[in-house]
Formats: sequence, structure tokens, C-alpha cells
Amino acid sequence: MEDTGIGLWGVPLAIFAGAIRVSTPFIFVSLGETITERSGRINLGLEGTLVFGAMTAYAVAVMTGSPTLGVLAAMATGAIFGTIHGWICKWPKVNDIAIGIAMMQFGLGLAFFLGKSFIQPVAPKLPSIPLGGWSATLQVQAALNINVLFFIGAALALFLWWAFRNTRIGLTLRVVGDSTDAARAMGINPDRVRLLATAVGGSLAAIGGAYLSLYYPGSWNEGISSGQGLMAVALVIFARWNPIGCFLAALLFGGAGALGPALQSVGVTQGYYLFYAAPYVLTLIILIATSSPTRSLAGAPGALSLTK
Amino acid sequence: MTAEANDPRLSIAAGGTASFRPLLEWLARRAEPVAIGLVAILIGLALFSLFILAIGKSPVTLFQLMYTGGFGSWFSIQNSLSRAAPLLLTALCVALPARLGLVIIGAEGAVVLGGVAAAASAIPFVGIVPPIVLFVFMAIAAMVVGGIWIGFAGFLRHYRGVNETISSLLLAYIAIALMNQFVEGLLRDPASLNKPSTKPLPKEYMLGHIPGMDVHWGLVIGVLACILSWVLIEITSFGFAARIAGGNVRAAQIQGLPVGKLIVGFTAIAGGFAGLAGMIEVAAVQGSANASLAAGYGYTGILVAFLARHNPLAIIPVAILLGGIAASGGLIQRRMGLPDATVLVLQGTLFIVILFCETFYGRFKIFNPDLWKRS
Repeated sequence: MEDTGIGLWGVPLAIFAGAIRVSTPFIFVSLGETITERSGRINLGLEGTLVFGAMTAYAVAVMTGSPTLGVLAAMATGAIFGTIHGWICKWPKVNDIAIGIAMMQFGLGLAFFLGKSFIQPVAPKLPSIPLGGWSATLQVQAALNINVLFFIGAALALFLWWAFRNTRIGLTLRVVGDSTDAARAMGINPDRVRLLATAVGGSLAAIGGAYLSLYYPGSWNEGISSGQGLMAVALVIFARWNPIGCFLAALLFGGAGALGPALQSVGVTQGYYLFYAAPYVLTLIILIATSSPTRSLAGAPGALSLTK
Repeated sequence: MTAEANDPRLSIAAGGTASFRPLLEWLARRAEPVAIGLVAILIGLALFSLFILAIGKSPVTLFQLMYTGGFGSWFSIQNSLSRAAPLLLTALCVALPARLGLVIIGAEGAVVLGGVAAAASAIPFVGIVPPIVLFVFMAIAAMVVGGIWIGFAGFLRHYRGVNETISSLLLAYIAIALMNQFVEGLLRDPASLNKPSTKPLPKEYMLGHIPGMDVHWGLVIGVLACILSWVLIEITSFGFAARIAGGNVRAAQIQGLPVGKLIVGFTAIAGGFAGLAGMIEVAAVQGSANASLAAGYGYTGILVAFLARHNPLAIIPVAILLGGIAASGGLIQRRMGLPDATVLVLQGTLFIVILFCETFYGRFKIFNPDLWKRS
């Protein structure tokens, strides 16, 4: 182990930096899933959308040289995936959970298929903001080198939290999510609202993917995602469908995910793989602790099939 | 296809003759899933062909290669059957809970832990007991561990109200981490350098091939498991109770059926089958437990189960079909220069279309004898 200069302080610092770095995709995917679930539908296919978004962003960034265009292209494909999911699920007898699994397989397959030729070339990275200029320590500087998307995600969480309770669109979304019949009685078309909500959710999830391929870890390969898209579903439940809760939960998950590598960097090599499992164990424990067989989860949209 | 084509003519011609009517009604009800399933597969293949056309390749060549690679020769048929073996068992892991209305998608976890349990239980007995006894030990260990793993998701569902889809998925990720931990740590064979593995089974302790075929015994085990599951669901009172609970939980509870025990029991049996798939991977294919256990059999099993509409007997042909598609992947890659993910795209397309076609059930008069005109 080399002398890091700040010794064991490197561990909390690495966890802090890791939490911010790892959490950004979680923020976007979970906010996207929150919007979809608030409309009363669940999209389990965000994992496929995320990986396809990662591939699209990387490919477009390689071809055009612009990471921003890459993110926008990813958003467009994410919206398409969401639209397909939303359109199929409006038909009677179609199970939204099962369609999500199918969309996930389809998205992964298509991303690997089309992305095969982009494993080699190097794409330009998304810019980050160096906030650590005041410190002379390299580790602190590196830890405070924060990507733009993190701040956009934080702002988006705040905005959604406000918009859900204060805007016409937010209220419409919640009515549809809580009672299909009430929405129909108000003259709202629930299928259309859900389709739009799934499309927006998909485009946000694709931003999460774009972050993975264009910033951290910053390359495109078939193992780019470690299940962020799937964990987002659990994360949203943990956050009680609250956007600010999603942001905080994403930080927590990011921190848990950064625990393993951080400890490894100071020489702890035992139980390395178990630390990788930390976010999953955490989610499961939280689910067990907060669920109940007799009542549905507090804060859950009434029309959501997941909590019935 | 024949059932679908024959029905309209028969129902009109024979509608009046009372003696044929029960047979026709039975046929019509049976024909619905077959007809809708086949139409769904055709639509899926058509969409996939459009995709292949769009990237400038010939779908005809692709399907020909798929047939050649999957079923064109005795060699490729055997290859397909070998690939179908684990899918039979992982599909059961999805189909059995589905009959109770549960969507379990974490079979992969039971497969990898079943494999580790099988490998670990074999180590102390190699050279002491005869191979057949060792296989029994390995199978029991794998089924118990797999059963506990998926049964836990069922337990959480009933007694804690935790959504089983999410929990089984989380458990699968945890299981893969546990497997890596065991294989790289406690159970690692020091001789395995590049690919950490458990101590390999000696050749005479490997599960052999079916006589006259280049297919291991896992296929027979898988087919037997499907038949047993069909008997369990369709014939035993345990299965009958489960089907009632799957149709309407409230009604089952009012009837005094032990819904909790049914859920835990069915998920545990399902997990046991997936664990057995892991044991077969270890005993017949890999020879040891290593990261290759997480090869995605659990996830393809979901597709098989949904395609078979959770009918254990229908799982057998569907698994062989998908085994064939997977087996042809290499040939497609070599001959057409397409990535190996081509098979994944096809699977995903079929999966989406088949689920979408669920919406057509009950829409066609021809399949519903109650709506037929009485003459």
C-alpha cells in the first residue's frame, strides 16, 4: 500500500467521493421510476433502457465528438423504450411487471448487438466541475471533482418534489396514479398520462446510462451496469415515492457501493465480494422492515400493482 | 396450427350433432393458447426479420442457419437438448410460483448457490462413496439451498408483504456475490489460477451421458421434473389448492386453505428445481463451481415459463426450442458476422410480443364454446 498522505482518512473521503460518483445514475433512474410509478404503473425494464442509453450516448459521443449530444440521443431512445412499454401496457390483460422484464431483455440484447463495434473506440467524457481547488491534497481535489449531471439530478429532484404538489401536471399524474376511475371521472385519459409518464421515466433512466458510459466508469462494455436499473425499483419503494427521498437514498446506495473499493484501497481484501452485495442486502432489509402483509406501503400510489 | 385451421369448419359442420360437441368444446379450449401462441411467435419472427433487413442482412439466411445450428443435424439436436436441460428446471422455478399468482424472477440465485452447495457437499465424499450416492448428496444439497433461497422470497411475500419479484431479484444478486466469495475464498482450489473454482470432480464422478447420445443426464432429470410438476399441479390436491389460491387468494382463505404454507411450499419446490439446475451444471458440465454458473439460465427460464404459459408440460418443447436458438448463436456469428447478442434480440422480441398477445385471450368467439350458436 502506498503512503496516501492522509492515511485512514482516505476511507471516509473515498466513500464520500464514491457516494457522489456512484449515486448519480441512481438519482436519474429512480427519479424516472418515481414519475412512472406515481402514474400507477411500474416499469421493470429500466435496466434495459439504462444500458441502451449508455450504449447510445457512447456511440453518439464517439461519432460526433460531443458528449452532450450523446446524452440527448440517449434521452430520445429512453423515451422510445418508455413509449413502447406504455403503449403495450394499456391493453387489457397485459402484465406491466412481465412486460418490464421482457423490455429489459430486449433492451440489453439490442444494446449489446448494436454496441459491439463501440467497445474499442474512446468517447469524449462529460465535463465535471472542480470544486476542490482550495485543497492541496490530491485526494480531496479528486473527491470534489463533481460531474455536472449530479447537480442537474439534485435540482431535478427538488423540482419534481415541488411539481408533484404544485403543478397541474403533477396533480394529474397523482390522480391517475391513485385511482384510475377518479381520473376517468375527471375526464383524464389514464392511458395517455401513463404512457407519457413511462416515456419521461425512460428518458431519465437513459441519462443515468449515459453517465455510466460517458463519465464513471466512462467506457462502454457489456457489463457496464451492475443492476442500477433494477435496484432503482427497490430504491423508489425505500424513498416512498418521494423525489427528495430518492436523491438521499441514491446517495446512501452510492455510499454502500463505494464501501468495498474504498476498503480495498487501504488493504482490506477479505470479504471483497460481500461488499459488492451491500446495496442489495440493504435494500432487502429496508423492504422487510417497512413492508406489512396487512396494509399497503405508506405513500404508495393506489393504482400501483406492485404493492397490492 | 391444424387445430386452429380445423375449428371453424368443424364447429359449423358438426354444431348440431350433439355427440361431437363435448370433443369440439374441449378442442376449442385447448386450441386457444396454441393458436395465439403460434401467431405471437410468427409476429415476433416477422418483427425480428424487419430488424435484420434493416441492418442489411437476410432474415431467410438467418432462419436457415438457426435451423441448421439448432436442429439441422443429429449433432446440433444434441447440442440443443444439452442447452435445454437447465432451462427446463429454471423455467419450473418461474412457472410453479406463477400458478399461485407470484412473479419470481430470481432463479439465477438458486442456480448459482445450488451449484456451490453441490460442489461443496461433494468434496468430502469423493473417493469414499460410489458416484451415484455422491450425486444424490449433491442433488439434495443443491435442492435444499435453492429451496431455502426462493422459499425465503415466498415467505417474505406472505408473512411480511414484501413484493416477491423485487426480493427474488435482490436475492439473486446477493447469491452471485456469495458464490464469488465462496469460490474465491473458502472453497477455492489453489490449483485454479486464472478462473477461481472449487476443487474439480474427478472424471469418474461426473454425471455421464445418456446411452447412445452426447447429451448428459440433466435432460432426463429436467423432463422428469416437468412431468412431476404437471402431476403436482393438475392431479394432486396440493396443486388444486394452489390453483385456487392463485385464482383468488381471498376465496382460498375463506375456504380455509393454508395459503401461507402453499406459497412457501411452492416457492421452495421451485427453488429446489433451480438449485438442481446448478447441481447439473457442476456435475455434468463444469466439474466444479465457478463464475460460469451465472450464465443467465435463470433469466432465460423466465422467458421459457411465460412462453409455456406456466404449463409444466409445455415447458419441455419450449425449452428445447429456445435451447436450439441459443445453440445456433455461434453459427450465426461465424457465417453472417452478426454479434452473439442476435439471439438475445430475438428472445427479447419474442418475449414482448408473446406477453402482448395475452390481450387476445377471450376475444375470439371461436375458442369460447359458451358463445357458440346453439342450433
